[in-house]
Amino acid sequence: MGFNVDDFFKELEGGHVLLSYKGSITTEIINHALDVVEGKLQEYNEDAKLRKKVYNVLVESLQNLYHHIDDLPEDYRDEYESRFGVLVVSRVNDSYKIATGNFIKSEKIKYLKDKIDKINLLSREELKDMYKFILNHQKISDKGGGGLGLVDIARKTGNKLNYVFHNFNNDYFFFNLDVFVSEKSS
Amino acid sequence: MELEPINIEGTPKTPSVKFNAEEGIIEIKGRSIPENSIEFYKPLVDWLEEYKKNPLDKTVVNIQLEYFNTSSSKCILDVFKKLEAIHKAKNEVEINWYYEEDDEDMLEAGEDYESIIRIPFKMIEIVE
Repeated sequence: MGFNVDDFFKELEGGHVLLSYKGSITTEIINHALDVVEGKLQEYNEDAKLRKKVYNVLVESLQNLYHHIDDLPEDYRDEYESRFGVLVVSRVNDSYKIATGNFIKSEKIKYLKDKIDKINLLSREELKDMYKFILNHQKISDKGGGGLGLVDIARKTGNKLNYVFHNFNNDYFFFNLDVFVSEKSS
Repeated sequence: MELEPINIEGTPKTPSVKFNAEEGIIEIKGRSIPENSIEFYKPLVDWLEEYKKNPLDKTVVNIQLEYFNTSSSKCILDVFKKLEAIHKAKNEVEINWYYEEDDEDMLEAGEDYESIIRIPFKMIEIVE
């Protein structure tokens, strides 16, 4: 049995869910998700500092997702619409968890895995230096941040980036990234 | 040639902007979180390129952002680089970086820019 996106999605929906979505990741969906989560954080009377951090990290996670989705071939279109992705924001213990998932071409995995592993090894100061280096030296791409997104997320949360590549078929994997924002991130 | 002022209203994803060559005022306020920031910032950077040719003796820059994404961060650096050039040409450039109470991430973001462009920033905490 190969990887099943629906089962994976159901699993993600455990715990206290603020928002869950699977489908095409569009600008409208991003705007909607940001509104919903911002509203809920206010409703929970969450501390302003944590609220801002969660919002910031959510913006970055969603835009990373938006810019890096690989579409499956046409013959999967009945099951997965184009720009298909998964988003679940939930409260787990004293943290907010932002889980995203998207298809990615197999050949891109090594680059992405190396990048995340490298980020996960860095200290707070090293992340700051890396951020500043990329900001000042790398050309901005048509995708936007030019590789700053993950560094920014790691820096703001103070937590490791948790990821899994689920084997979907020979050419594609499903990339799941879990990001935790907690009080101690502040 | 007069350099026409820029006045842009803020939206939930883009900041309000006030650039005025006659008053020497550059202001960016609010949220800057669009998916594609270049589109929004290109006219601002172009304006500064013009302003740079004939700036006032003193330019006051007020940056007061609630949120900005990494896509905007490079564009904001482009804005600062133009201001750095004006400063280097022996004109006074005062940069006020506002951040909300306890928002250490935003304070740190200001310090990042300050260390890259080497004009001293005034860090101003907005206490509610």
